[in-house]
Amino acid sequence: MTEATKGKITDVRELKDVARRVRIHILRMLTTAGSGHTGGSLSAADVAVAIYFSKMKFDPKDPFLKDRDRFILSKGHAAPLLYAIMAEAGYFPMETVETLRRVESPLQGHPCCKSLPGIEVSTGSLGQGLSVANGMALGLRLDKNPARVYCIMGDGETQEGQVWEAAMSAAHYKIDNLCAVVDNNELQIDGPVEKVMGIDPIHDKWEAFGWHVIDIDGHDMEEILKALAEAENVKGKPSVIIAKTTKGKGVSFFEDKVEYHGIAPSPEEYEKAVKEINNG
Amino acid sequence: MGENTQNIEDRTQITDKKPKATRDEYGDTLLELGGKRPDIVVLDADLSASTKTGKFAKAFPERFFNMGIAEQDMVGTAAGLSLTGKVPFASTFAVFETGRAWDQIRLTVCYSNTNVKLVATHGGITVGEDGASHQALEDVALMRALPNMTVIIPADAAETASVINTVADYKGPVYVRLGRAKVPYVMPDDYRFRIGKAFVFNLGKDVNIVASGLMVAIAKKAADMLAKDGIDTGVINMSTIKPLDEETLLTVARSSKLIITAEEHSIIGGLGSAVCEFVSENFPVPVKRIGIRDTFGCSGNPDELLKYHGLTAGEIVKTVKSSLDK
Ligand SMILES: Cc1ncc(C[n+]2csc(CCOP(=O)(O)OP(=O)(O)O)c2C)c(N)n1
Ligand SMILES: [Mg+2]
Repeated sequence: MTEATKGKITDVRELKDVARRVRIHILRMLTTAGSGHTGGSLSAADVAVAIYFSKMKFDPKDPFLKDRDRFILSKGHAAPLLYAIMAEAGYFPMETVETLRRVESPLQGHPCCKSLPGIEVSTGSLGQGLSVANGMALGLRLDKNPARVYCIMGDGETQEGQVWEAAMSAAHYKIDNLCAVVDNNELQIDGPVEKVMGIDPIHDKWEAFGWHVIDIDGHDMEEILKALAEAENVKGKPSVIIAKTTKGKGVSFFEDKVEYHGIAPSPEEYEKAVKEINNG
Repeated sequence: MGENTQNIEDRTQITDKKPKATRDEYGDTLLELGGKRPDIVVLDADLSASTKTGKFAKAFPERFFNMGIAEQDMVGTAAGLSLTGKVPFASTFAVFETGRAWDQIRLTVCYSNTNVKLVATHGGITVGEDGASHQALEDVALMRALPNMTVIIPADAAETASVINTVADYKGPVYVRLGRAKVPYVMPDDYRFRIGKAFVFNLGKDVNIVASGLMVAIAKKAADMLAKDGIDTGVINMSTIKPLDEETLLTVARSSKLIITAEEHSIIGGLGSAVCEFVSENFPVPVKRIGIRDTFGCSGNPDELLKYHGLTAGEIVKTVKSSLDK
């Protein structure tokens, strides 16, 4: 049994290296699968890597460890990001990423907790993760379990009414063992979030719902680490990190391109993308 | 939501125990369980006075979560609690529980196979005066279609107590549908509920009525009336709608010239459908469904509404006779 990792990596350069590898795993599995969500997997990569490798306690050999920190990818379409992190962490052999989206693969198109231990709850229908995160946080608090819960949402996802039901509940129950993240890449499927259904002023909305709100550049590893530490120190209310990100981040020809929300790279694009990431 | 003081006249009382609403028994059983089981937590969506979870809330405030009028969030939160080892009971009216939060139930309860107990009250038309918006007539259909879901409708208060105790021990998603109105005790004193096991009061040689919920009492009355006319009629309480007790149903089908299903639910997608699906594939016998005939409910007192929708012993008798005559 391996020892549970908690906050193993605090060195910014090292975390950036992990993020680079994670981006390459993402592109590799998407290219092999031939379909899937590229843009949103890349935009949330830096924050997710920081959460997993600098903050979370977990044991890939014991995915149900009682005091593990919990991670919920509420924007389930970014599953390749979660799988890349789990592969990097050692939950399953790296070759498994080649099975993404295949029949009976543990790597279903959207995260399935019954197919892959280590995934806390199945997601894919947007707007639901924060409620589940609240429930976990409440359960942990009842048990005086020190574990924390992390939940990443898309910005378009926050158009779902349930997100605001959950935002209300978290503040009402003073849930402070929870840190939510909004991956604010300003794009959704049909276009810019602002054009489809504006969510601004996003900071003020969360604040009005009773949250401690932290605005950061979601690709600046130092800012991310600072925000995660700040969130951990806020007591008596929930914290949300609004991470300003770029959809498709790390690959110039995917960046800020609404079309690359749900398209996988071609083999040629993959080769070019990997070069860019390695040189970046 | 006023207390319902109505007795439903068309429901025979076979014991000397006073009729009791299944939701009232739920409140009492949950309170008792709360003392024995520290892992039980309860959620409600601003209806704890009506669903009777309020009793648990008063006794165990730290384990009760009022989620406000937010059913989707309630179901997701319940799933989260279950994932930390708690056994959540999430309650509201059946319409809101199953309709408002169906996708949440689908994803975070059934697909994630979490240990969430959805116990809804105010199923069926006997909700009464509040009318159609509050009368769940499609909830069983909605829940039955979901993989991993167990669907249960107890027939009386005693069975409700047994059901709640049983599902608290069972691991996995469960939907329990309870009623607002008082119902008579129909189950024998020594009866114990088991998931997926129907209770056969008696097996008829001519007709068998497969019923659920308060229709079990009405079916028993119809069977007595039919017996007087020389039609040997059995009554089966199919309290678990899913998984269906196929073994018992096969025995029933083999013994029947006609099967009647009786439920306080749409004839589309509920017990009647489940019985037809099984019987037609395995031992085809004519089936007639007594239930709500693809329509919404309306306001009225529960007794009036049962008559209005043909959920009476008289209507069952009529249906049997006209079907056998053909
Ligand atoms: C309830 C629900 N409605 C619609 C979809 C289809 N869908 C998948 S991703 C997406 C857009 C998400 O946008 P955003 O939350 O901003 O995510 P990101 O930009 O990070 O990819 C939509 C509409 C869904 N998965 N769930
Ligand atoms: Mg977005």
